[in-house]
Amino acid sequence: MKKIGTAIILESLMEEGVEVVFGIPGGVLIPLYDEFYDSEIRHILMRHEQAAAHAADGYARASGRVGVCIATSGPGATNLVTGLATAYMDSIPVLALTGQVPTTLIGNDAFQEANITGITFSVTKHNYLVTDVKELQNTLREAFYIASTGRPGPVLVDLPKDVQTAETDYKKDIKINLPGYKPTYGGHPKQIKRAADLIISAERPVIIAGGGTIISGADEELRELAELVMIPVTTTLMGKGAFPEDHPLSLGMLGMHGTRYANYSVMNSDLVIAVGVRFSDRVTGKIESFAADAKIIHIDIDPAEIGKNVRVDLPIVGDAKNILSSIINTIKIQIKKEKTKDWLVKVKRWREEYPLSFEESGETVKPQYIIKELYEATKGEAIIVTEVGQNQMWAAQYYLCNRPRRFISSGGLGTMGYGLPAAIGAKVAKPDEMVFDISGDGSFQMNCQELATAVQNDIPVKVAILNNGYLGMVRQWQELFYNRRYSGTKLGYLPDLVKFAEAYGAFGTRVTRKSEVRSAIEEAIETDKPAIIDFRIEEEENVFPMVPAGAPLDEIIGGN
Amino acid sequence: MKHVLAALVENKPGVLSRIINLFSRRGFNIESAAVGETEDPRISRLTVVVAGDDKVLEQVTKQLNKLIDVIKVSDLSSDGMVGRGLALVKVSVDRETMGQIIEISDIFRTKIIDVSPKSLIIEVTGTDEKIMAFIDLMRRFGIKEMAQTGLIALARGAKATTIKKEG
Ligand SMILES: Cc1ncc(C[n+]2csc(CCOP(=O)(O)OP(=O)(O)O)c2C)c(N)n1
Ligand SMILES: [Mg+2]
Repeated sequence: MKKIGTAIILESLMEEGVEVVFGIPGGVLIPLYDEFYDSEIRHILMRHEQAAAHAADGYARASGRVGVCIATSGPGATNLVTGLATAYMDSIPVLALTGQVPTTLIGNDAFQEANITGITFSVTKHNYLVTDVKELQNTLREAFYIASTGRPGPVLVDLPKDVQTAETDYKKDIKINLPGYKPTYGGHPKQIKRAADLIISAERPVIIAGGGTIISGADEELRELAELVMIPVTTTLMGKGAFPEDHPLSLGMLGMHGTRYANYSVMNSDLVIAVGVRFSDRVTGKIESFAADAKIIHIDIDPAEIGKNVRVDLPIVGDAKNILSSIINTIKIQIKKEKTKDWLVKVKRWREEYPLSFEESGETVKPQYIIKELYEATKGEAIIVTEVGQNQMWAAQYYLCNRPRRFISSGGLGTMGYGLPAAIGAKVAKPDEMVFDISGDGSFQMNCQELATAVQNDIPVKVAILNNGYLGMVRQWQELFYNRRYSGTKLGYLPDLVKFAEAYGAFGTRVTRKSEVRSAIEEAIETDKPAIIDFRIEEEENVFPMVPAGAPLDEIIGGN
Repeated sequence: MKHVLAALVENKPGVLSRIINLFSRRGFNIESAAVGETEDPRISRLTVVVAGDDKVLEQVTKQLNKLIDVIKVSDLSSDGMVGRGLALVKVSVDRETMGQIIEISDIFRTKIIDVSPKSLIIEVTGTDEKIMAFIDLMRRFGIKEMAQTGLIALARGAKATTIKKEG
């Protein structure tokens, strides 16, 4: 059957099960947008293409499916770049469709021409410029496949205007032929056997679960392994939700702003079982002293992660879910739980001695208190999205997360402005869930225009702005390491956020005293509208504990 | 340490720029890179010479393998290989030096491919060391200009880098 390019695009999206796309049209996309006019696929009009990419990313993180964003050629496409880089760093399956000038004009600096495939080489898993409509259907199939398999990631497909309008045969069935792309899923049996042996004989084991655990859907296997052998579990920021944080074996998050007991446990362990982590510098601290007495088992689907940052004693390349269940099967028959008993006593002592803590003072509003109240008010059941900075770390520390895909944060790139659009994407994916964006006054202003998107499309996300009047995380570093010289970090002027919310047709309220925190949260939950709470928090509150950049993981300052 | 890697890649537009971009993004120190079509026109072969220790080599190999268009990567320097490069060297000549240059060129089994009253173009092929040695000897006569290819290499014996991707 003959079809034109744009019809092939829509047909392909339908075949892949896409229900919603996030985008902004432009000159070269008018043919494609004409198809959306009467398509079953929902198009959500964003107010900035960066936000379209973040919304697709938030949708993908909350649902586990590929998120799709669309932007026009030139500035539309370049606006996607930060969003793609964010998704790339956190291995999120996103498909970006960009319009391009007609093939006959490519290379001539035509109006709104940008070489977006060239620009995004480093921030996509793969990208395509489709120059022949005959390639279109195959390319889209491959793009979805590459984005969602192996180590997932964003894929961009650039669509020249003349390719969109050209006609070709639409095939019912096409095969993917990617000789250079064969992800490994099953772990090597010998390595699995060795891992089982190491785990059985370890006396002070600890599991570090990262984002890969969640992507793989390995949370149940992880829990089974931890309970079977009685191994304490810490997660990275990206791994939050891979293991229930209210579980007695949970150590919470490790790393720069992790709990002391997580960091001490890792540093004193004799075996680290790392599942789907990439050992970022925020997690390891000084690399040479990281878990110096421990053997390290590293399970990851991406062979390039093995040995990239830390020395690994036993690598297992493959899908975490497969590998963990094989390990469990190997161990089951021979395990003695008492082996880690003394170790658990020690870990428990650290936990009791160094709990997460902050100082309460009268009616001042402490950010940590807000997050705790939010946790109570939502019974720990909300999907939490964060911005970047102190707000992000307080959210990670105090909002316990017990299930995967419910803590959504830009971990690798640390993109301010991510939260609100990603929350919109998450809410579209999970309309029946409460979605809270924990935000900062700086980050909020980087994509606050998306409140219009939320109101127009009836996407009632809730935004808790921890308003400290500062680019707080940078200010904290200046306070601690630059003699309180607050250069360029005082935000000074901020619009009235309540009026801002109201101007957009959203609900807005302000909290200046501790006693108002709970009722404001409840009001925001109760309204059907998108809501903003302007929490005026203690301006110079710091995130503790903290491992200064480059210091060993157990040289911790603050917070006990 | 120098390593010679051979990569089979899809012969498509943009593949080379992807690879070059990867090298610069990851901060890999590439001494030379040479590409050309293979016996199968859908596939090109890239030979890269990388400086670095085993850890660097491992990362280069793995990161190359991660590119969708890269089908296979092998480390040729680990086993025996034969490698050749080619240089074209334009040397100044006069009556006096002509004889000397031709003599040296003979020893290196080069070819003189262009002759003019004031210059010769000499084609030298061989290992990096041989080419470097020849160039060094030509310096004193005055090199007007020169062009060099990157090294290309094959494993010795029956072993071959063929299309089925591993790992
Ligand atoms: C797009 C972007 N620009 C700059 C930074 C550097 N940065 C990291 S945290 C931070 C401060 C964030 O301020 P705010 O959103 O108010 O959060 P707070 O730390 O005060 O909670 C800045 C500027 C960044 N992460 N992202
Ligand atoms: Mg702030």
